[in-house]
Amino acid sequence: MGNPNIGKSAFFSRLTGVNVIISNYPGTTVEFKQGKTKLDKQLVELIDVPGTYNLKPTSKAEDVAVKTLKEGDLVINVVDATNLERNLYLTLQLLEKNIPVIVALNFWDEARHKGIKIDVEKLEKELKVPVVPTVAVTGEGINELVSRIKEAKPHSYKYSDEEIWKKVGEIVKKTQKIKQREHTFLERLEDLSIKPITGIPIALLILSFTFWIVRFIGENLITYIFEPLFNLYLPIATYLSNLLGSGFIHNVLIGTLIEGEIDYVQSMGLLTTGLFVPFAMVLPYVFAFYLALGFLEDSGYLPRLATLVDNLMHKLGMHGLAIIPMLLGIGCNVPGALSTRILETKRQRFIAATLMAIAIPCMAQIAMVFGLLGRYGVKGLGILFATLFIVWFVLGFFLNKVMKGITPETFMEIPPYRIPYLKGLAKKLWMRIKSFLKEAIPFVLLGVFFINILYVLGIIGFISNITAPLVVGILGLPKEAVASLVVGFLRKDVAVGMLLPLGLTMKQLIIASAVLTMYFPCVATFVVLFKELGIKDLIKSAFIMIISAFFVGGVLNLIL
Amino acid sequence: MEIQLLNLQAGKKAKIKRLEGGFEFQAKLASLNIRIGKIIKIVAAQPFRGPIVVEINDRRATLGRGIATRIFVEEENEISKK
Repeated sequence: MGNPNIGKSAFFSRLTGVNVIISNYPGTTVEFKQGKTKLDKQLVELIDVPGTYNLKPTSKAEDVAVKTLKEGDLVINVVDATNLERNLYLTLQLLEKNIPVIVALNFWDEARHKGIKIDVEKLEKELKVPVVPTVAVTGEGINELVSRIKEAKPHSYKYSDEEIWKKVGEIVKKTQKIKQREHTFLERLEDLSIKPITGIPIALLILSFTFWIVRFIGENLITYIFEPLFNLYLPIATYLSNLLGSGFIHNVLIGTLIEGEIDYVQSMGLLTTGLFVPFAMVLPYVFAFYLALGFLEDSGYLPRLATLVDNLMHKLGMHGLAIIPMLLGIGCNVPGALSTRILETKRQRFIAATLMAIAIPCMAQIAMVFGLLGRYGVKGLGILFATLFIVWFVLGFFLNKVMKGITPETFMEIPPYRIPYLKGLAKKLWMRIKSFLKEAIPFVLLGVFFINILYVLGIIGFISNITAPLVVGILGLPKEAVASLVVGFLRKDVAVGMLLPLGLTMKQLIIASAVLTMYFPCVATFVVLFKELGIKDLIKSAFIMIISAFFVGGVLNLIL
Repeated sequence: MEIQLLNLQAGKKAKIKRLEGGFEFQAKLASLNIRIGKIIKIVAAQPFRGPIVVEINDRRATLGRGIATRIFVEEENEISKK
């Protein structure tokens, strides 16, 4: 346990081998994670608790932290060595609970750099529990921590709130010395990136650079690695196609031949499009995006961005911190929906989750849209993204006006900048790629399979005919586009891919892409939203999605 | 002279004198080390009534303006003049 953003998850990951996402902003961990580890030849269960400042339950999250505490037999209290005074407050509260405590003095390296000297032995004497200096991300001090766990002792001091602070003050005075020193480059950067005059241009620069680098890496990976790989695979697939002849099995595995040949995007077979879309069209962009996001997360930039956009976000009924679910949502809506938990009120979470599900296309979808609309240059993509941004803003503004309640005032910590730890960055990237593959591949294959079955059974034709007035009349799309909307429930990337054979104009592609983003989240996101919002709010949210999707699609059809 | 934190000039240091609010409000502020007697500095104020960024013990935090009107401070050089 410990304050937010001090490396609890890094510890947890080190001790249990369970991989968890670690970033440099308060509130990365929103769920309890459990893992097993061997301590002194004994198998024990370790729980990673979301950060808390206080054990006097003043908020829901802290309430939960206190409850978990009752279940534990021993607490590893992680303390930020660079911020001793504030962190010890929680430590002393823990020492009131009659549970064995051991203190890990984390960020020991950073404290040294900052000229902060802490007398560990003295601190141990003051607290009367073991104190071990550590650097969780690199693993420094972990072994010592483990070996000293048996020395952990329970205490049951009784302090009043004021007494705790007084005691903390005394301990800090006795054990800590801070050497005054020159401000470092990173610290100067901290000032520049948060003052509005320099901060806003820096934010724009960082965001556009991020966008550019994601496209650059994604495109090059496709051109130089993934497409050549699939070109090598083409003869095998063609051989298989000839072997199977024609018929149902050929249709499901290879799909329809376009001018007598396999077309990876249009054929819609499990072994052709089903593999090409996730690997050669989506994965490169997902990789590029998470690489860039990792840098933003680990440097500590995001809370600064949150501060700069706080004012704007308040007009939409959220905190600046809501920028985090939005950014994560660009990677995949599922983690985006989960991270709405960093917002403290139900109202904010509802607005954030709804806006994200409606107006934030996931990377899988964006990648496909790049493929489809990219050839029209900046114009097609520009109109699409501008539309989605306007929807996001207008809808948020509207929700904030009509929903009861107010947005509580912003109150958040801004962590210092840190140079991202490359090994940690690589691990996080790998975890995210793995979970993308694990979730995307089955669903893409299922989607492709499903669409084949539906076609064969004539269900697509049936649905197309009933919804034709809506799709053709309001959206101006051919009725065959309905198939894509049906598949969109399963996977948005496959859905966008299905638009290609229809020979749509740029206008139609923009409308279809916008509607596909907005009308409904994919199944995986839907399930998470159900868990996070509850059925009542989810129905409300889904209602807003469908109405606004057709409204916006209709408007685009009229004005473009 | 006691002034609202909001009215403190950016870059100037001040000592926190009074927090206007109940136990929960005080506990919340204390969690980021905003307590009576601490030295606080405004690093930046976001335009159009956006939040302010403060520094306390070398750590930064973002506060809404409403919160900043409920924190009362006294400028450091005034204290030393007395």
